[in-house]
Amino acid sequence: MTELNKLTIADARDAMRKGDLTSAELTDACLSEIEGAGALGAFVHNTPDLARQQAAAADVRIKAGDAPDMCGIPLGIKDLFCTKGVPSQAASKILEGFTPEYESTVSQNLLDNGTVMLGKLNMDEFAMGSSNETSCYGNAVNPWRRGNEDTALTPGGSSGGSASAVAADLCLGATGTDTGGSIRQPAAFTGITGIKPTYGRCSRWGVVAFASSLDQAGPMTKSVRDAAIMLEAMCGFDAKDSTSANLAVPNFEAMLTGDIKGKKIGIPKEYHMDGIPAEIEALWTKGTEMLRDAGAEIVDISLPHTKYALPAYYVIAPAEASSNLARYDGVKYGHRAKLEAGDGIDEMYAKTRAEGFGDEVQTRVMVGTYVLSAGFYDAYYNRARRVRALIKKDFDDVFAAGVDAILTPATPSAAFGLGEMADADPVKMYLNDVFTVTVNLAGLPGISIPAGQDANGLPLGLQLIGRPWEEGDLLNIAHEVEARAGFVAKPTKWW
Amino acid sequence: MSIDIETARKVAHLARIKVEDDRLPALAENFNAILGFIEQLNEVDVEGVEPMTSVSPQRLFRREDVVTDGNMPEKILSNAPDAREGFFAVPKVVE
Repeated sequence: MTELNKLTIADARDAMRKGDLTSAELTDACLSEIEGAGALGAFVHNTPDLARQQAAAADVRIKAGDAPDMCGIPLGIKDLFCTKGVPSQAASKILEGFTPEYESTVSQNLLDNGTVMLGKLNMDEFAMGSSNETSCYGNAVNPWRRGNEDTALTPGGSSGGSASAVAADLCLGATGTDTGGSIRQPAAFTGITGIKPTYGRCSRWGVVAFASSLDQAGPMTKSVRDAAIMLEAMCGFDAKDSTSANLAVPNFEAMLTGDIKGKKIGIPKEYHMDGIPAEIEALWTKGTEMLRDAGAEIVDISLPHTKYALPAYYVIAPAEASSNLARYDGVKYGHRAKLEAGDGIDEMYAKTRAEGFGDEVQTRVMVGTYVLSAGFYDAYYNRARRVRALIKKDFDDVFAAGVDAILTPATPSAAFGLGEMADADPVKMYLNDVFTVTVNLAGLPGISIPAGQDANGLPLGLQLIGRPWEEGDLLNIAHEVEARAGFVAKPTKWW
Repeated sequence: MSIDIETARKVAHLARIKVEDDRLPALAENFNAILGFIEQLNEVDVEGVEPMTSVSPQRLFRREDVVTDGNMPEKILSNAPDAREGFFAVPKVVE
């Protein structure tokens, strides 16, 4: 077998179980790809020794029989997850040198399933960004390019390193996190699959917090089947996260039946937005046809408060961030500014946070502070939370009317050039999440599937939004779109 | 609602982030762009709508109020920029 790193999780699992492949071989193949892929800026802390140890242990377990599906699968882990003994700094200077004494629940669940960690992956600082340009490690780069151009493109964000690594076959899958679209937008920009499960499916314990009422972890993979397999290993009830759902985790892969006859798929009219490129509208129409051909019933629906989702998000997320990021004070971990004679504790806080946080993080923390401050709390924060209730109700009404899933584009454009948005006002960057952010506000599961390419050959994604806790059904519908879209293109290797 | 330089300075202080004077105008401009975007929320009729606190109606998970772990001061202090004699060390707070 050649180029083992290009295998899907499902194929690698089957080959390892048959004895045709060992995790040690697979891990070595990925490690050597990572070594040659520095130009992608995807991996930021490599753990080759740990990976080889874990692979050897996985091989013993597979040989003994009855190993879990994910056993021996080499993965990349987003830098937002705390990993015991391995630097975990949320791509921020303020967490430089931080080496957790504990493992996040999600990454522990993966380890319990026998997975191999190749290293930590690049991202936007504290997951705040849509282009991976706010990282203290520098940009992650999209393995895809426009036609024959050599312009460096963004892999999206915030899970940009995860997307780049999976699309370039540096690992078989990666963890991501999604607060406003941070799994689904980068997945769409790089031609891979990414699912954000229902809020509460994956424990947030040990995942560096950005906006706690919105954050969810999920897998980023090469196929829908892989997403089903990896998601099952990541989620489950966790007493350490009070918002974790005490629900049984189904066998998601077994739910990929290929039968979606009679499923009701909603097409929300508010997602036809001004300025969306014709090729994205066309892809959306094509996706609708695919589902109709598969026997689904297509219905027009309305989600009237869609327009207000981004503004509500840019109150709620910064408000929660300003509170969560108050813990970075130069006392317990990470960076502390050098102090002048006579500086007291207030100067220590203010200097440490000015040196440690990048511009985007500073802006959002201050916006959050402002909207929560005396006199503005009701006008901004409470109003945004009321609008959020209305956004959720839009979805509740549609699902109550019998809709099983909603089909939309994943992003309003294909991947853009790194640096292209540098002079734009911050709101323009925020518009990247226009199709994905409603899903976080309503706590729903959403998946991005690669479904086509633009005129320059760049991948474009479709998004399916499901009912709460029905990731299995959602994955089954996504699997059908994947099969019919037949997206098999890969980026040409230049790195 | 427009944010002036004084308000930007006050917010930076509340957030405990040191912002040099020459950066305040750009910061105020950034705030205004974002707050201008947020102003759209005023178009929505929210009369009688409760502010949402949680996406799922379920009650937060509770457990017995008992000690479940502890006795690991070395681990807790292991990442501190300055730790002495089993404590986090900071500049003098009380005169």
